[in-house]
Amino acid sequence: MSKTRFEGRVWVLLDGQGRLIEDIDTDQIFHNAHLHITDVAQMGAYALGNLEGWKDFPSRVEPGDILVAGRNFGAGSSRQQAVDCFASLGVAAILAPSFGAIYFRNAVNSGFPVFKARGLEDLVRARKILSGDVLRVDGSKGEAAVPSRGVVFELEPMSRVQTDILRAGNLFLFGKSLPGS
Amino acid sequence: MGQTILEKIIQAHATDAVRPGAVVWMDLDVRSARDFGGPNVVKHYEREYGEARPDPEHTFFTFDLCAPACSLKYADNQQLCRDFARKHGLTVFDVDRGVGSHVLIEEGLAGANTTVVGTDSHMNILGAAGSFGQGMGDVDIAFAFRTGRTWFEVPSTIKVIFKGRPAAGTSAKDLALFVLQKLGTRDLANAAVEFEGEAVRGLTLSGRITLCSMITEMAGIIGFASQHGQALKDEMKALTGRDFEPFQADKNASYERVIELDASGLPPLIAEPPSPSHVREVRELRGTRIDSAFIGSCTNGRAEDFAAAARLLDGRKVKPGVMLKVVPATRRVYDELLRRGILQTLFDAGAIVINAGCGGCAEGHAGLTGKGEVQVSTGNRNFPGKQGKGPTYLASPEVVAASALEGAIALPEDVR
Repeated sequence: MSKTRFEGRVWVLLDGQGRLIEDIDTDQIFHNAHLHITDVAQMGAYALGNLEGWKDFPSRVEPGDILVAGRNFGAGSSRQQAVDCFASLGVAAILAPSFGAIYFRNAVNSGFPVFKARGLEDLVRARKILSGDVLRVDGSKGEAAVPSRGVVFELEPMSRVQTDILRAGNLFLFGKSLPGS
Repeated sequence: MGQTILEKIIQAHATDAVRPGAVVWMDLDVRSARDFGGPNVVKHYEREYGEARPDPEHTFFTFDLCAPACSLKYADNQQLCRDFARKHGLTVFDVDRGVGSHVLIEEGLAGANTTVVGTDSHMNILGAAGSFGQGMGDVDIAFAFRTGRTWFEVPSTIKVIFKGRPAAGTSAKDLALFVLQKLGTRDLANAAVEFEGEAVRGLTLSGRITLCSMITEMAGIIGFASQHGQALKDEMKALTGRDFEPFQADKNASYERVIELDASGLPPLIAEPPSPSHVREVRELRGTRIDSAFIGSCTNGRAEDFAAAARLLDGRKVKPGVMLKVVPATRRVYDELLRRGILQTLFDAGAIVINAGCGGCAEGHAGLTGKGEVQVSTGNRNFPGKQGKGPTYLASPEVVAASALEGAIALPEDVR
């Protein structure tokens, strides 16, 4: 069973001008040069390896940390490694205003928690959520908070099947729980 | 309430009621994996389902990214898939065959109104052939290999109508870039799209593939070029040996939006790095020096694309110092180019002719750009690092051919 409640240190994916980076594509998350890797344990070293300003992310992140990204995070290819590389590093969850459609599916299916939160852009702009802050996420309540700043914001509700897959742990476990399987 | 094209296709493969926003279980006519993603599919499959046999009628491998393998790691990965396929009697469209989505169309497997999944984010190209193709990750595909179905959130559909007639010398690539210029990665996000209008109606399969392929860059789910005449039916029948009767949207179908784009007099366009949506007129960038030119990819790898380039390159030489890389999408395209003498024309002009496959989008097939190496390409992505370290511009085969001749970004009229 995947967790739906987390508390962790935040990394806000900002560019050099302090803006939330949008449209981060899967080649910036996990470059196609490393697609021969099939072992999740080896994938973490390449996470964000082609994203300007974030190439040292794997050496700075700690298990349990939470990622905050700009809209359309994970645009581009269907590679599962772009999700698995964060799981490999122990990243607890990713929050973004929106995700690439395939990326979102890939995360849900492998039981990796991703949450859509429209309010993130305003919060980042107003500097109400900064890297290093502690973020509290309650997926089942559809709510997240930065307690130290008194900030609470909404998460978009998931569909029934998405919730069920996350509860089961991943798509395979969910499939085996269906009648007739 | 009537249904859109996508709603009809999904409804024909689902028992749940299909309406935008509903999550339904959908039966899959084709479940495929390629050399990227495929090895992980096999790993997941064997771990979760052991010796159970995937349905050989519906399950395929298509190798197109490192074709043939350029490194030991990819060779190992491909062989892992081959061994799995042989054990279960599955068909492999191997490294000789070319881009998987195109091969599935040519083989008649991705026929009109079918549902097709594969580990390729441009699988939605199949919309060009009236099929609902979707790229998916290896967990999804392993599950589909075993169960033959997937869950899917039915997207709403947006109609995009091109008004007017584009200028001479433009092609379907310019239409795709025009949509990206006007609608970017936001306006069509997570939606199905039905493209209509004079500029689309007469497109052949090749042009439809080009337009529909870049729906991925528009962050959409799938695109259909919904209007067609007898010529397309004949083309599809000749190519696949099957009748072509794609669903049409109901008159009273419900659209999230209808967007009209004025394409009258549309000039040749080009996308600047680092995004396919950074689109300008070619003439604004005319004269920008290039080192490399690439014609191919799932977006512009059909015979028509090379024929258009060959018309400009015929009897001429590529600018000394410029590499012109040519990659037919499939072996059948390669064969047609050979028989029509088009490859000879390209070769004589100085092109490097490479075997069928994906080309420059993946490290390993047709060469990458080095730091500072400027490339103009018929591909679909120019994100940082995608085609190597150098900056990549995206344009039509005509513009790429003209630019290769000039050694700088150029319009077809510059070399006519």
